[in-house]
Amino acid sequence: MRNIFERAINTLGWARLIIAAFLLVLFCVAPFVGIRIDTSLSDILVRVGMNGIMVLSMIPMIQSGCGLNFGLPLGVIAGLVGAVTSMEFNWAGFFGFFMAIVFAVPLAIILGYLYAQILNRAKGDEMMIATYVGFSSVAFMCMMWLLLPYRNPLLLWGFGGTGLRTTISLEGFWLSILDKFLSFRIGSLFFFPTGTLLLFALACLLMWGFFRTKTGAAMMATGSNPLFARANGVDTDQMRTLSVIISTVIGAIGMVVYEQSFGFIQLYMGPFYMAFPAVAAVLLGGATINRATITNVVIGVILFQSILTMTPSVINNVLKTDMAEVIRIIVSNGMILYALTRKEQAKK
Amino acid sequence: MSKKNISFSSLIISNIVPLIFLLFSIAAIPLSGLTPTYLVQEMVTRLGRNTFLVLSLLVPVMAGMGLNFGMVLGAMAGQIGLILVVDWGIGGIPGLLIAALVATPLSILLGYFCGFIMNKAKGREMVTSYILGFFINGVYQFVVLYCMGSIIPVSDPELLLSRGYGIRNTMALPGLRQALDGLVSVEASGITIPVISLLVTLVFCLLLTWFNKTKLGQDMRAVGKDMAVADGAGIPVERTRILAIIISTILASYGQIIFLQNIGTINTYSSHEQTGIFAIAALLVGGATVARATIGNVFMGVILFHLMFVVSPLAGKNFIGDAQLGEHFRVFVSYGIIAVTLLLHAWKRRRNLLAKQEGKSEENREDDVS
Repeated sequence: MRNIFERAINTLGWARLIIAAFLLVLFCVAPFVGIRIDTSLSDILVRVGMNGIMVLSMIPMIQSGCGLNFGLPLGVIAGLVGAVTSMEFNWAGFFGFFMAIVFAVPLAIILGYLYAQILNRAKGDEMMIATYVGFSSVAFMCMMWLLLPYRNPLLLWGFGGTGLRTTISLEGFWLSILDKFLSFRIGSLFFFPTGTLLLFALACLLMWGFFRTKTGAAMMATGSNPLFARANGVDTDQMRTLSVIISTVIGAIGMVVYEQSFGFIQLYMGPFYMAFPAVAAVLLGGATINRATITNVVIGVILFQSILTMTPSVINNVLKTDMAEVIRIIVSNGMILYALTRKEQAKK
Repeated sequence: MSKKNISFSSLIISNIVPLIFLLFSIAAIPLSGLTPTYLVQEMVTRLGRNTFLVLSLLVPVMAGMGLNFGMVLGAMAGQIGLILVVDWGIGGIPGLLIAALVATPLSILLGYFCGFIMNKAKGREMVTSYILGFFINGVYQFVVLYCMGSIIPVSDPELLLSRGYGIRNTMALPGLRQALDGLVSVEASGITIPVISLLVTLVFCLLLTWFNKTKLGQDMRAVGKDMAVADGAGIPVERTRILAIIISTILASYGQIIFLQNIGTINTYSSHEQTGIFAIAALLVGGATVARATIGNVFMGVILFHLMFVVSPLAGKNFIGDAQLGEHFRVFVSYGIIAVTLLLHAWKRRRNLLAKQEGKSEENREDDVS
């Protein structure tokens, strides 16, 4: 009996067990404090679809040994440029959404390649440098949003300002285009964002398939044992570069999906902290800093988004205060800290 | 002759970062149109205000723990001290001293926690201390926004949000405003010099120099060089590392108090967030690296970094016609300089490692031949 208990803890990990138990308590308490479970579930599903692909973008870099992708803002920037460029031409509907991705992907490839060149020169110190590469690129783009020659008045500041707006609404372009695709309702409050979740599932499937190809296996070998990989004729630097490019491209696509669901494009300092929730989610799902699976991503994003949705509403109703932000900060950074300090995965 | 040339070029290479900033400032000062008197005044004020915070970074660098992004923990402790002192209505120098007195045990506690966590993440100290800063920020917000006024007694209703608990977003520091700067201030050709703030900073510089020579200081340097060797020599490695972080956290809390008494207001929920990044960027601009930082780097860094900081918005406005651009530019430079320095350090370390390995294999080869 005790053995089973210990095994469960070892496989699941204390942190996840505590979070899951906490979540269970929240769901039990919710109906008694006047929160509808169906609305909450619907919110969670929408948020899972919204963030899922960005969390998925963590996998290639973790698997190739580049660590947690704190440089996700690079992918996010590509996604923002794609979206803004597509809107510049007033393209709406599925075409607009598709063209946003078309513009975003090549930029993500270029940024990812440059990013990889940096990371390959900083083996062992990737995470810190990735964080600051992300931050400085966001700050650099702040200047670019002012200077880039966009002309569509819907995107620009009206009177007396220069450059793009801080927040641009997707209303009339491709707002919720994917969320509404094949979506259905049960009752008046439960909404199922079929399109977004389908795309997330498809992306997971592709990623699963990729790691079963020869290139995917070489990438995993690069992460788990670089010397062994090199002895088998794998160009490890090239594999790392490829993994960073894939992560950045998925991050860019994830950002476009996020935008259509969120409804707004936030420029300037908007993407600054975007990496942290995604990193925390994959860690919450049981990934470590050098191993991550699709299951980790799916479980992680569901747990993390459930916590983010349920905690504020339940706590607000019980204590009549808005503690959402504080809890988000403590849970997500606590999760990252926990992963960074676990002994068994300390690097040689 | 040739030897002199080599030392000259190596001098340039080892000081490349400060030189670039110096050149940038020399180019930007005329563009900004600011008068020399104004600039000198700004620099003197900022030396008094920011140097202490930057000083707090030196000890962990010496102990080989890199740039202590966890210094924001100290900044938060300092702010809690100030909030309580304002609530108790104590002004002037006693107020500042009591704020420091409240902040000290908090800093020791937080510093111990930070050092403990960093010992569990050896080799990843910087990213860990960085995330720890965010984590403790969450705890800080919880304490200040929810506990103050409900669990921790705050008597002054002026400080609280209208709902009855939680501290307001911005808080003036009446009675504490420039209490240290204004204690003895000398006017010299139109420039006000905050003598006491500068003096306090200088005294701590001397203390740090003295500290380097003590047993503990030597131990820290040994731990910074090689943990295994230090352990072999009987130095308690983990304890020494924790002490380094505690010292840094305490100094950061004093630094934040000095910084805020000059500014005169606290942004309760954001003043501390920028502290770490600006202090670290300033230190790096002064030519320090992740593994080596001196008091000279601190002063050079504060002057050059803040010169860029003061000059760039106006230079941006006059050059491109947009002040916003200059502001974005200085944020970009702050983050960019940290990214570049970290990268250079990692790159150099890796090259040394590879060179060592190659050296070893060559040695082996020679052994084979013989």
